[in-house]
Amino acid sequence: MSDIAAQWNYYVVIVLMMLGFYAVIARGNMVKKMVGLNIFQTSVFMLYISVGKIDGGTAPILTGDAASVYSNPLPHVLILTAIVVGVATTAVGYALIIRIHEAYGTIEDDEVAALVDADQEARERADAGPAS
Amino acid sequence: MGMFAVNAFLIFLLVIIAVVALNVHRLFALVMLSGAFSLTAAAQFVVLDAVDVAFTEAAVGAGISTVLALATLSLVPREEKPHAIAPLPALIAVATGALLMVSIGDLPQFGAADAPVHIHVAPDYISGSEKLIGVPNVVTSVLASYRGYDTLGETVVIFTAAIAVLLILAGWTRAPHLRDGETENTHIAQNAQDREDGQKDAG
Repeated sequence: MSDIAAQWNYYVVIVLMMLGFYAVIARGNMVKKMVGLNIFQTSVFMLYISVGKIDGGTAPILTGDAASVYSNPLPHVLILTAIVVGVATTAVGYALIIRIHEAYGTIEDDEVAALVDADQEARERADAGPAS
Repeated sequence: MGMFAVNAFLIFLLVIIAVVALNVHRLFALVMLSGAFSLTAAAQFVVLDAVDVAFTEAAVGAGISTVLALATLSLVPREEKPHAIAPLPALIAVATGALLMVSIGDLPQFGAADAPVHIHVAPDYISGSEKLIGVPNVVTSVLASYRGYDTLGETVVIFTAAIAVLLILAGWTRAPHLRDGETENTHIAQNAQDREDGQKDAG
């Protein structure tokens, strides 16, 4: 139990990741998938930042006091990059959602799949022969 | 100890927001919850000493992402079709989570100063920042100087994403004039049905 309390951040981060993961793979609504991706992504950031934390440390901005302990700046830098890249991919995702809605009139993936299947069947019927 | 309590509380709040977000069907509420999630995460980053990450998350995660989502919502339906819990994805998520939790045992203690991540390059960055780069904020000196190529790569990714968004939304494949509620009639099945209806009308 004390182990779970000590590593609490890591355990809860995994719960958060799996909530986001579930939203991405199970929910058909594309906006919900994007929000699930955001939750997944932010919880990965949380994992990295938790790894960089040192007990009794302070933010890695030099104070001039030789006795200060600083938390690890490297995960912070990596995650800064990841946040910005994350918003770039989010923008592309939302643009795709807008286009899918224009082409299919829905943003539910099962409805889009049904329309694609119907098109496929119609194409096969047309190829089979104009006689019928 | 106080810091630990704040930390534990904020991350628990994140779980509550995520669970509510998973169950809400109005997409506007969903997007607002997503913004709240990012903002709470930013508060947690401050507690974990990552101040630069915190303000980036607050500006970009809670700000720009929410604006992008709202812009999308102005063009697409705002209700989600209700879904029952999907058993197979739920099982996959639970199994993956269980495997990850087992592997936590191999991680160093949270907050331990002698964890491998803290004794490799980080001390050099901290000691060199003032002397070699002349910037007191270590995150800035690592971002812009020690690992400047990472940041160059990041700008390439953003540039590529901007081009992709422009091509998707303004490229030649897009039908120019769609009225409100109208969709591109690109579906073969639908067109065949329309033709049939037209023949019936003619005949």
